[in-house]
Amino acid sequence: MIGLHHLYLLTGAVFAAFAILSVRDRANRRRLGNAAFWGLVATSFFAGDYLGDLGNGVLVLVLVALAGFGALGRGQPPTTSPEEKAASSERRGNRLFLPALIIPATALAGTLLLKNSGWIDPKQVTLVSLGAGMLIALAVCYAWLRPPVLASLQEGRRLMDSVGWAAVLPQMLAALGAVFALAGVGDVVGAVATRALPPGSLLAAVAVYALGMAAFTMIMGNAFAAFPVMAGAVGLPILIHHFHGNPAPVAAIGMLAGFCGTLMTPMAANFNIVPAALLELKDRNAVVKAQVGTAIPLLLCNVALIYFLAFR
Amino acid sequence: MNYFVLLGILIVVIGFAVRLNPLLVVTVAALATGLIAGKPLLVVIAAFGKAFNDNRFVTIIYILLPVIGLLERYGLQQRARTLIGGMRRATTGRLLIAYLLFRQILASLGLTSVGGPAQTVRPLVAPMAEAAAEKQDPGIDEAGRERVKAFAAATDNVGLFFGEDIFIAIGSILLMVGFLEQNGIHLEPLQLSVFAIPTAVLAFLIHGARLLWLDRRLGGGTRKPFGLSPSKPSPSFCGEGEKGRPSTGSGRTERGDRA
Repeated sequence: MIGLHHLYLLTGAVFAAFAILSVRDRANRRRLGNAAFWGLVATSFFAGDYLGDLGNGVLVLVLVALAGFGALGRGQPPTTSPEEKAASSERRGNRLFLPALIIPATALAGTLLLKNSGWIDPKQVTLVSLGAGMLIALAVCYAWLRPPVLASLQEGRRLMDSVGWAAVLPQMLAALGAVFALAGVGDVVGAVATRALPPGSLLAAVAVYALGMAAFTMIMGNAFAAFPVMAGAVGLPILIHHFHGNPAPVAAIGMLAGFCGTLMTPMAANFNIVPAALLELKDRNAVVKAQVGTAIPLLLCNVALIYFLAFR
Repeated sequence: MNYFVLLGILIVVIGFAVRLNPLLVVTVAALATGLIAGKPLLVVIAAFGKAFNDNRFVTIIYILLPVIGLLERYGLQQRARTLIGGMRRATTGRLLIAYLLFRQILASLGLTSVGGPAQTVRPLVAPMAEAAAEKQDPGIDEAGRERVKAFAAATDNVGLFFGEDIFIAIGSILLMVGFLEQNGIHLEPLQLSVFAIPTAVLAFLIHGARLLWLDRRLGGGTRKPFGLSPSKPSPSFCGEGEKGRPSTGSGRTERGDRA
């Protein structure tokens, strides 16, 4: 059965290729830094399960040292000129979209059709389908466009270097969340939130719950980490037990209040920082800034929705 | 209760604010928090490493870069621009509203990985939005382009977040069912997911309105800039000030024939 393990091997292979091609890139003065960084990421994907927790911890510390002290540069793999790109776009027309659409289409078809096929771990069927879509799209591109053999990996490395160290930031923040949980940060935040409650006021309790969910999500970068804390400290004892709120809207809309927090924090790096890097935006907080104007009114709407839907 | 563990949060906030390398900030915050909580250094490093390893799946998405890069080598982004350039009624806002709806509907069916920054935003949505913005405002500057691209990524996130919770088997719904179960409250996933619908509708309306507003600023809409004081540039039009205005005006007159 194909599962996450196989996908990790594929990912490790792609990062290993980025590392090897980085070594040979004489245009990048810091090529060895890039090679070491992507090489360690590849190692993590190939061998992470065999390194032990402390081994993985040391691997992370080396990654951080490389990124934190400026060892990474930006590779300059050979590519086509803007004129060549325009000519190719003109000649090939809208058919150029087809390979790009193979990836989401395969993810879609795989998720719908292969869930119970027995070939794929049902829990990972979407990610595995995404990997399969990538391989199919790559094969179609090679058959149709006939690029130089290493072109796809070199172009991929160009994009990867533009993302740079931000690529592992989401994993790092998840790891920070684990250490916060180990240290009991959630209990302290829950106690602070409870103390902020004026007694007797339902609206104030709803506001502390929903705004606290968003605020703690902004700190943790993840509503999943905030939910048990705020629901345990305010949602369950105050809104559901004391004020007799309907648990379904309290929980469901409370989680969505947390999602509003996700839109407003650089700590949710995979949603907010990685896209800015992938789009090569100069301001790495540009995506957060574009989202705040949606998140704040929506958060206030969620306060109102809990107040009116859970306490009828 | 040890309130000093909150120092880790302070380290993160200050570190991000003064723009130190986030990887360094996060690592220092994690080590400090663990040590303040009285855990041995090696235990903290091991916990950090274990969680890093357990979360590798979020980094899988980069395997798509070789395909995206290869297609860009052969002019994918140029093609996306040509396609939008040929659609007379296409504007940045309308395009992104259509994408928002598409993303919300697919996410509500549990198809969350169909879109995303690497899958759809970088190769397709961002260049299309940028091309539409160029049509609306031929004199658009670098800050304006950045803003349009940031909105493309933002629209992807809003569509995902406020669609996925309508699906009954998504992680956050299962987390809530589990949490309530532990506390003696039995609910079916469907009972929770229906309460995601009002917020999903409001998210579409609020973000959609902001996208139409973006269109007005780009000059694709009606004559007057939106806002309370039409004589001044909107304060939230961050940092562009007067520079963007003359070209916005000329963009408007060129499209006087549009409905």
